[in-house]
Amino acid sequence: MAGRLADALRDSWDSDLAWSFRHSPYAMVAAIVFAACVGTAVLAPWVAPHNPFDLAQLDLSNSLKPPMWIAGGDPSYPLGTDDQGRDILSTIFFGARISLEVGIAAVLFSMGLGVALGLLAGYVGGKTDAFIMRVADVQLSFPAILIALLIDGVARAVFPGAHDSMAFWVLVLSIGVSGWVQYARTVRGSTMVEKNKEYVQAARLFGIHPLAIMARHVLPNVLGPVLVIATIHIATAIITEATLSFLGVGVPATEPSLGTLIRIGNDFMFSGEWWVTLFPGLALVIMVLAINLLGDWLRDALNPRLR
Amino acid sequence: MTAFVIRRLLQAIVVMLVVAFVAFSLFQYVGDPVQLMMGQFATPADRIRLTHELGLDQPFYVQFFHFVVNALHGQFGVSLRIGKPVSVLLAQRLPATLELSICAALLALAVGIPAGVYAGLRPNSWLARTAMSGSLVGVSLPTFLIGILLILVFAVKLGWLPAFGRGDVVHLGGWSTGLLTRTGLESLIMPTITLGLFQLTLIMRLVRSEMLEVLRADYIKFARARGLSDRAVNFGHALRNTLVPVITITGLQLGSIIAFSIITEQVFQWPGMGLLFVQAVSYADIPVMAAYLCLIALVFVVINLIVDLLYFVVDPRLRVDRPGAAGR
Amino acid sequence: MRKGVSLCISALLAAMLVAAPGYAKTFRWASQGDILTFDPYAQNESFNNTFNAYVYESLVQYDKKFNVVPQLAVKWEQLGPTQWRFHLRPNVKFQEGEPFTADDVVFSVHRQLSKRSMTKAYLVGVVDAKKVDDLTVDLITDGPVPVLLRQLTDVRIMSKSWCEKHNVVDVQDYVAKEETYAVSHADGTGPYILKSREPDVKTVLEANPHWWGKLEGNVTEIVYTPIKSAATRTAALLSGEIDFVLDPPLQDLPKLKSDPNIKVIEGTESRTVFIGMDQKRDELLYSNVKGKNPFKDLRVRQAMYEAIDIEAIKRTLMRGLSIPTGELVTPQVYGYDVAANTRPPFSVAKAKVLLKQAGYPNGFEVTLDCPNDRYINDALICQALTSMWAKIGLKVKLDAMPKAQYFAKINKLDTSLYMLGWAVATFDAQDALINLVHTRDGKGDGEYNDGSYSNPKMDDLIDRMKVESDVPKRLALIHQALMLHTQDVAHIMLHQQIIPWAMRKNIVVTHSADNRLRMQWVHVN
Repeated sequence: MAGRLADALRDSWDSDLAWSFRHSPYAMVAAIVFAACVGTAVLAPWVAPHNPFDLAQLDLSNSLKPPMWIAGGDPSYPLGTDDQGRDILSTIFFGARISLEVGIAAVLFSMGLGVALGLLAGYVGGKTDAFIMRVADVQLSFPAILIALLIDGVARAVFPGAHDSMAFWVLVLSIGVSGWVQYARTVRGSTMVEKNKEYVQAARLFGIHPLAIMARHVLPNVLGPVLVIATIHIATAIITEATLSFLGVGVPATEPSLGTLIRIGNDFMFSGEWWVTLFPGLALVIMVLAINLLGDWLRDALNPRLR
Repeated sequence: MTAFVIRRLLQAIVVMLVVAFVAFSLFQYVGDPVQLMMGQFATPADRIRLTHELGLDQPFYVQFFHFVVNALHGQFGVSLRIGKPVSVLLAQRLPATLELSICAALLALAVGIPAGVYAGLRPNSWLARTAMSGSLVGVSLPTFLIGILLILVFAVKLGWLPAFGRGDVVHLGGWSTGLLTRTGLESLIMPTITLGLFQLTLIMRLVRSEMLEVLRADYIKFARARGLSDRAVNFGHALRNTLVPVITITGLQLGSIIAFSIITEQVFQWPGMGLLFVQAVSYADIPVMAAYLCLIALVFVVINLIVDLLYFVVDPRLRVDRPGAAGR
Repeated sequence: MRKGVSLCISALLAAMLVAAPGYAKTFRWASQGDILTFDPYAQNESFNNTFNAYVYESLVQYDKKFNVVPQLAVKWEQLGPTQWRFHLRPNVKFQEGEPFTADDVVFSVHRQLSKRSMTKAYLVGVVDAKKVDDLTVDLITDGPVPVLLRQLTDVRIMSKSWCEKHNVVDVQDYVAKEETYAVSHADGTGPYILKSREPDVKTVLEANPHWWGKLEGNVTEIVYTPIKSAATRTAALLSGEIDFVLDPPLQDLPKLKSDPNIKVIEGTESRTVFIGMDQKRDELLYSNVKGKNPFKDLRVRQAMYEAIDIEAIKRTLMRGLSIPTGELVTPQVYGYDVAANTRPPFSVAKAKVLLKQAGYPNGFEVTLDCPNDRYINDALICQALTSMWAKIGLKVKLDAMPKAQYFAKINKLDTSLYMLGWAVATFDAQDALINLVHTRDGKGDGEYNDGSYSNPKMDDLIDRMKVESDVPKRLALIHQALMLHTQDVAHIMLHQQIIPWAMRKNIVVTHSADNRLRMQWVHVN
């Protein structure tokens, strides 16, 4: 049993993908950084020195402390505090958690929607296909941020006053809805190719349910490209969330994400309290850069033509 | 040609109708349209009159028709937040956004295409590698962060450029321009860079990968084998063939720039439509949102149309169908 | 011939000198929020009043020491306890050319007393205005009105014919966001003419060449830009894009003070900032407590008061520029009573006990409404309050918004817990008491009592002071009312703001305790 596992591990280690991974220092560094981001975000409640979302723990007396290595700093606030006395390091952990949660949930949503619609369009074809793709075309001409802002605004109009409590789901929905098109296009293309292959025709003759055919034969073929899109999409989603929060229509101020922190810090640009902006900004860029690097590598690795 | 143009036009109209329908639904079903138009303290008689005037007592398709007719006349009701007609507000802000967007697009093209060509021709040179790594950082940097960094360096630390606004503007008829004054031009620099950078990196990466692909193509190899000069091969054949997708993407990006200016305008307090839109979103100002949506859609559709026509000019082989535009 | 030419030239030169562009002085200034409306009676917000006063004038005005001096009235006398006669300034014209007469005064008083007006409090006691002749008006009061003249400094005079012509006889319904001609157009008798108004972007005023008076300052053009972002305001002042900031970010003051091109002047403002609570509804609009209203319980109000570490707010968010207070009005205001200026000591433990006694051992949820572009660091203070109140178990949600929406929301009482600041324009405590704590009656009392606090004893004290002409007796009434306000915790008081004004070195202004920038005294050197 153990031997078999080891074999499996060795097999995957020797696979093309792993080979390319081992020979791409960028990808390895990016993977480590990304893993670290995910790790701290998941473990935030346990590893963060403070809980910045617990209002009762905040104390104004601790506000705007500089990072610990600067005179006036406090070792219990390694990267300093913001204007409300929140520990920047902890807030980055918790903020990254929100960013990742929103990013991943939104991507899953997009992926589900996009793959389903892509399969449908590709397999059924005809008017359904034309309609779905037409909608996709229209939507594609609008940047994600605009659609996300629109959905956010509509949510505000439909549920006045309740926005803060639903902020998370509104963000997921607005970012998710704005990103399904690319998945749908990719999946549709592959589906149309597979659909006409003989084995699929044969399977159909045997009366196998179309859904089963799709799941068994089409999905595996499109998994690679979908994975690439999803990886890069996570980065986009995180940036979109940060942007919305920066614009003041994202998560509430009492539960800041990285974008919120950057907006707060923006007010302290002249007064020398640079850490409020700098550290969250750095954290955001590093996280997104790591994901983008992974996505880039994945795309090259899965596209032998460019190798 | 005519048939092609007519088909494209028809498609454009369909797209506009779809968008108008979304805007119409926002207007009609999110909130109370009578209230949207009149404010909440209208008398019952006023409400009945307006309900009738708006045709809210009429069948659905008639209502939609009226909405479209009104939209064609630029009538989108009154902003809930500012209390002025939306058309007036948008018209006041349009020049600021357009000037910024066009400058940003020019910047992205002027730098992005040459950089991409270079990186494609000399993929292994250190300059190309630096540019490529730099471009990945550029894609990973959120627009607002770039803006803040620029302000921090050039306005706060160095004091070279103004930190916000449009500077002095000159009014030419209904158009206000910042291009004719010194402060106006100075104010334009940082927002242009902020807005253009993302598109610049995108165009550069695109041109590079297209160049790489084309240079690998057989006919290029043949051309080289025939002894054509590098110059002729690279610019006569390769670049020309990369232009097709570049035009598509660039066209789409131009539209994106206008929408993306939302963020830049917020950072630099640029008095354009984007700033208006963000404020509309946080206030759930439906009329402004609906109108902005329609306007942006119109811009996109027009740009797409132009792109299609340009296509025709650049590559007559691709008369009818162009490959699906890869977007983001 | 020669002589003719040189004559011509010297005439030309003289003409050029007279019209020299050097005389045009543009004053560009900014603060965080925009002007709400140019309809002078649609809102009573001191920043808005400041701006309206550039265009519209009143019968009387303040001099630099807040003495009442003539403006559109040249002199006045009291004909009896309920009748005041005002002699109007002759040969004054509105900016669009109509002559200023008694009809305009009568019209303006009636308009300001009309239902939608939010500035009725400046006409407390006034029941009517009667024209005697073209340049004489009588104000009829329902009793003695000791502070009438101070009130009249904020009763701006509009043109009757202009209002009729543009269909703005009715005051703009601000709460309903009504849009009227008067919101973005103005026709006063004042020293400045409204040239252009772009909400959120820019408002431009030009000197009125036909103004009856003579400017003490030299500003010929005013350009106002609202700049929401704190850092942007500072940057704009440092770079010289603007000349003056009414509310420089406190965190940037050291930087501004150290800049050789900038000067900062500070003064205490006659404003207190406080938290109001819905004390009328039987169930709060925004709370999880059902069937009862916790804010009706004095112990809850006290508990929330005691949970506030006001010194921490002063030290950190206000960077020392505040004076914690327990009294509704500030020491600059007539009627201020040292005895009433007490705050319960900050104590989380005691506050918890009080909450428990009131029946909320686990606290409750409520939403705090807050402006984010009105008072100094308003939204930040509110955010800090939510965490201070969290320590005694209250779950307070923060809803912060720009003042243009904020005032429309709280003025229609669509709130459970809100922040407000009040600068007493008359420098007499009665103004604050009438506006903020008298029971709302829709006739001018309690116009900004957005929590609908109501205490018959308080109403009685206020109604008596309105008509009491015996000075010591009236002062005693004011003291009693202010003391009652403190004891009742009608509002949870926070602090008095110390207002820094920041400007380029070449600007000379007169700092006012009411935080109003009076343009006629501004010099651009």
